[in-house]
Amino acid sequence: MSMDYTEKVMENFTNPKNVGELEDANAVGQVGSPACGDIMKMMMKIDDDGVIEDVKFKTYGCGAAIATSSVATEMIKGKTVDEAKKLTNQQVIDELGGLPSVKIHCSVLAEEAIKAALDDWEEKKAAK
Amino acid sequence: MKRVYLDNAATTPVAPEVLDEMVPVLAEHFGNPSSIYAEGRDAHRLLEDAREKVAKAMNAEPSEVFFTGSGTEGDNWALRGVAHKNAKKGKHIITTAIEHHAILHTAKRLEKEGFDVTYLPVDDKGRVNPEDLKKALRDDTILVSVMSANNEVGTIEPIKELVEIVKEHNKDSKTKTLFHTDAVQAFGNIPIDVKDLGVDLLSVSGHKIYGPKGVGALYIKKGTPIENLMEGGAQEKKRRPATENVASIVGFGKAAEIASENLEEHAEHLTKLRDRLIKGVLTRIPDSELTGDPVNRLPGNASFIFDYIEGEGILLSLDMVGVAGSSGSACTSGSLDPSHVLLALGLPAGRAHGSLRLTLGRDTTEEDVDYVVDQLVPIIERLRAMSPLDKDHPIDQEVYDK
Repeated sequence: MSMDYTEKVMENFTNPKNVGELEDANAVGQVGSPACGDIMKMMMKIDDDGVIEDVKFKTYGCGAAIATSSVATEMIKGKTVDEAKKLTNQQVIDELGGLPSVKIHCSVLAEEAIKAALDDWEEKKAAK
Repeated sequence: MKRVYLDNAATTPVAPEVLDEMVPVLAEHFGNPSSIYAEGRDAHRLLEDAREKVAKAMNAEPSEVFFTGSGTEGDNWALRGVAHKNAKKGKHIITTAIEHHAILHTAKRLEKEGFDVTYLPVDDKGRVNPEDLKKALRDDTILVSVMSANNEVGTIEPIKELVEIVKEHNKDSKTKTLFHTDAVQAFGNIPIDVKDLGVDLLSVSGHKIYGPKGVGALYIKKGTPIENLMEGGAQEKKRRPATENVASIVGFGKAAEIASENLEEHAEHLTKLRDRLIKGVLTRIPDSELTGDPVNRLPGNASFIFDYIEGEGILLSLDMVGVAGSSGSACTSGSLDPSHVLLALGLPAGRAHGSLRLTLGRDTTEEDVDYVVDQLVPIIERLRAMSPLDKDHPIDQEVYDK
């Protein structure tokens, strides 16, 4: 079926930001969409003050999944954990200038992957 | 940018020779073929000329060829027409798990109406096992519908052999089981001879053989009990109402004529390029696999699975370098489910996501094929570098439960 992606989506699919492995990550979250099979892995380096110093992602999924990963990581980079927690999938969609309705779940996956990584960091912190 | 169109199984460009015959029909021969005066007779003659050409291309009698609005209509007509006409004799229908949705969704609808449908499985190459058909046939089986060749993986089904089994079954069965084949993908690519195959019904489409869209035909062997799909006027010998789409039918006729005259040459051209493409992809891209049957395969079909990545990303990337292809991944289906064909071949959903189908056509050149392989190598590499999956990190089902 034909996909009407915005220029912003195509730009972020073609030249995604923050893609790759983050060797010294202290927060890692990986989530999958049982609906379509996409998988998103978020890796972050969070400093002692709870500021996200660096973030990288790896995504197995369609163009929209890769584009949402790219903008979502851009949106939380340099932010605090509390700020990042407040990121919603709607904000990601708005940043991309919209997504086709069948691709909305991709943006949900980005929100969930970020939350999973932040949960991982908090669990590790609590265990210290 | 130069475009390399490798989605000829989706649709083909209209051949210039076809267009040349269609334009005058639209411009001048506007008459209604059912009218008695000169304009009508003129249109009627064009219609019957086209019918002869389509009939000849499949070795049918012109009186057995009925024009439709699409391959889908022919499939709907065959299934519903036979089911409704023969419901008193039996309510069992046999088809396969890899049919086009025009068949599968029609079968589902018939199930809701109270018909009993058996979906034959296929092997890992997409072939129906004749023994499975033998076992599935019952006294109340009224119809068997198996596609001549699959649209996604290009596997050619042993139709003649399957028809023989049905004929054998009919010898000592009260109900005569009819045989339909969806030949939309096969027609124009491999020899289709209704007499040699022994089928009762066969559907074809115009736009897969360099003809226009919105036209197809259903072959109905003389004497086949089948109901009409639509009610209306007396067109197509009272079988298929609606004023005929004369220009498209003329184009379809011309396309069928060209296809049958050049069949061998065309198949040879496609096969040579297809094998070059398959070889190039499999040797240069690791963790790639050919789907479907390497031997019993449509001449223009090259379909693959690339592990650890998803098909839509491949299509978008190819499009950006001028290449058109298709995929059976969930992300491109619009339904969230990966291709039912790839799943029926036994591929897990996770691998079916990484599918790519490239279907060659009469304008495809060796340079096109080499260009696509050259482009595909870095595209697959780039997408794999972005994926959290690899040999050491296969899909962990648990990730979906979080």
